[in-house]
Amino acid sequence: MYVAVKGGEVAIDNAHRLMAEERRGNKATQELSLEQIEGQLGLAVDRVMIEGSVYDPGLAALAIKQAQGDLVEAIFLLRAFRSTLPRFGYTQPVDTAEMEVRRRISAAFKDVPGGQILGPTYDYTHRLLEFALAAGGNPPEAVTATAPVDRILPRVTDVLGRDGLIEGEPEGTGDAPGDITRDPLTFPAGRDVRLQNLARADEGFLLAMAYSSQRGYGHTHPFAAEIRMGEVTVSFVPPELGFEIEIGEITLTECQMINQFRGADEKPPQFTRGYGVTFGQAERKAMAMALVDRSLRAVELGEHAGAPAQDVEFILMHSDNVEASGFVQHLKLPHYVDFQSELELLRGLRSQPLHSTAEKMAAE
Amino acid sequence: MSDGYNFGYLDEHTKRAIRRGLLKAVAIPGYQVPFASREMPLPYGWGTGGIQVTAAIVGPADTLKVIDQGADDTTNAISIRRFFARVAGVATTERTPEATIVQTRHRIPETPLSEGQILVYQVPIPEPLRWLEPRESETRKMHALADYGAMHVKLYEDIAIYGRIATSYDYPVRVDGRYLMRPSPIPKFDNPKMDMNPALQLFGAGREKRLYAVPPYTSVKSLDFEDHPFTVQSWDEECALCGSHDSFLDEVIVDDQGGRMFVCSDTDHCGQRRDAKAKPQTQPQVGAS
Repeated sequence: MYVAVKGGEVAIDNAHRLMAEERRGNKATQELSLEQIEGQLGLAVDRVMIEGSVYDPGLAALAIKQAQGDLVEAIFLLRAFRSTLPRFGYTQPVDTAEMEVRRRISAAFKDVPGGQILGPTYDYTHRLLEFALAAGGNPPEAVTATAPVDRILPRVTDVLGRDGLIEGEPEGTGDAPGDITRDPLTFPAGRDVRLQNLARADEGFLLAMAYSSQRGYGHTHPFAAEIRMGEVTVSFVPPELGFEIEIGEITLTECQMINQFRGADEKPPQFTRGYGVTFGQAERKAMAMALVDRSLRAVELGEHAGAPAQDVEFILMHSDNVEASGFVQHLKLPHYVDFQSELELLRGLRSQPLHSTAEKMAAE
Repeated sequence: MSDGYNFGYLDEHTKRAIRRGLLKAVAIPGYQVPFASREMPLPYGWGTGGIQVTAAIVGPADTLKVIDQGADDTTNAISIRRFFARVAGVATTERTPEATIVQTRHRIPETPLSEGQILVYQVPIPEPLRWLEPRESETRKMHALADYGAMHVKLYEDIAIYGRIATSYDYPVRVDGRYLMRPSPIPKFDNPKMDMNPALQLFGAGREKRLYAVPPYTSVKSLDFEDHPFTVQSWDEECALCGSHDSFLDEVIVDDQGGRMFVCSDTDHCGQRRDAKAKPQTQPQVGAS
C-alpha cells in the first residue's frame, strides 16, 4: 500500500543537525575561531565582503565559518543579513588619491610619481607548496621601507589626462548614483548601475568574461595603468548635523585600465578607461571588473558590440552568484506536477503514428 | 517569533515599497511591475518572490497555507511555512478554506477559493515571451505594443509539427484582454481556475524582480485557436487514495516492474475527500447527542 511521504519537518531538522555536526569536524581538533578566519583567511573574508555587499570582516568571518568555507554560500548569508539593515544614507565619495597606499603598481610606465610599491603580493612567488607552513610557526618579520610612502599619490590616469591622451572622467551630475539594491535594474543601464552590479558580481564569472575579451571576443587592447590597494577614510554627512564626519576606514583595491580607442564620429583617437574597485584585497576581481566595464562601454564609444562581454543585458543579468546559485539549484525542488504534465504530453505525442503530421502537410 | 527581526523579516519601508508595487500590479492586471527585490534568507529560485509578497501583506490576524506541487508537506513548503511562523508568528493551516493567504508553487488548490482570500504565486520566470526573445528591453516593448504575434506563431508551429499545442504547464494566458501573462509553472489543468476567480491572485518573482496580479473577477483566457480550442489534461485513472476523477493526479512509481499508481497532487483536497467518506460512520453519533 502506498503511503504519502510525510514527516518532512523532522527530516529537515535532522538534516540540519547532521550538517552542523559535519561542519564541526573532528571534535578532538580545536574549533576555528572567527579571529583565526579574519586574521588568517583574510582574502576569503574580502571576497565575501565585496560580493556580499557588506563591509564587516567579523560578520564575513562568521558567514565563512557557518558556510564551512563555501564562499558563495557565505556571500548569500551576508546578503540575506544585509536585507534586514536599515539605510541611513550615502557616504561622501572616497578619494583614492588620498589612499594610504600599501601596494601600488603601474604596468604602463616604468616609474611613476610616488614610485612602484609592491606591498603584500603573491606575484613572483614560485607556486611551490611550502611544507614548512604545514608545521606552523611564525614567519620572519618583513622589512620596513626606509622612507614613508607619499601621503598623496596622484593616480597614473590623472597624469596621462594632463596631455589629453586619455578621456576625462565624466563630470559628476550631483545626483545620487543608482542603487540596484533599492531600485530594480532596468535597461538601458547607466554606468553607475553597471559598476555597482560588477562590484557585486561573482569573481569567477567576471574573470571568465574578462578573459574572453582578451581572447578576441570583443578585444579592448588594455593596459593596467594602475592598481592600488590601501586604506581610505569614509565620511558621512548626517542630515541632522549638516557637516561631514569620518565614520571609519576601509581597505580598497582599485584598478584603472587604459584601452586603445581608434576614434569615432567627432572623437579623436585617445585612450579610454575601464574601472574596477573592490573592498579589501582582490586584485584579480578588480582587474577583471575593469576589463568588463570597458567592454560594456562598446556601444557608448561607437564600437561594434557583438561579443558576450560587450552585451550589457547578458552580463548584468547573469553576474550575480546569489541569483545564479539559487536558480540553478532550485532544480532540486520537486517538479512532480510539471513533470507529470510533460509525461502526459509526451505519451500523447508518441501515441500518434510517426510522420503523420508531416505526411499530412505534404499531402496538402 | 524570532527576536531581532522585524515582523515578516523585511523592514517596514521595504514592505511598503512592495505593497505599492502590488497596488500598481492590481491596477494594471497582468502587467509586470519591476520592484527592488531583496535577498531573503531562502535562496533565489526557491520562492523568494512569493515570500516577499507574503511578507509585505501578512498581518498578525492572517492564517497562512503554503503548498508546493499542491502538497503542504513537501520540504520547501514546510520550510517557507516555518519561516513565517518564525519571523511573523502567524497561524498556519493546511486547510484551503481556513487560509486567508495561500502561498503556492506550481498549483492552484482544487478547493475553490472565495472572496477575501489571496493566492500568492512563486514565479521563476515572469516573462511569457522569454523563450521567444531573451532580452528584457525587447520584451517590454512587445508588451507595450501588445505585440504578441510571436507567441501565436509559436503555438501555430506546435500544431503544424505535433498536431497540438505542445505546452503542458506555464501555459500563456491573456489577462483582461490586454497583457500576455505567464501563470507560473502551474499545469494548464489549473489555468481555467484563474478566470473570474473571486480571490485576489498575486505573483512574485524575486530573482527577476517583478510583481504582477490578477484582481478578483478578472478575465484570464488561455491562448488558443478556434479550430484548436484550449483543453486541459484528464486521466483515465482515479486517485488511489480518495477515488477522485477530476483532480490533478501525480503518478507514483511503486515498483521496478513498471507498476504505477495515481494520487491527488492536492493533499488537502484528497484528505478532505477521504474524511468525508469516513464521516457516515460517525454521523449517527453526532445525531444521537
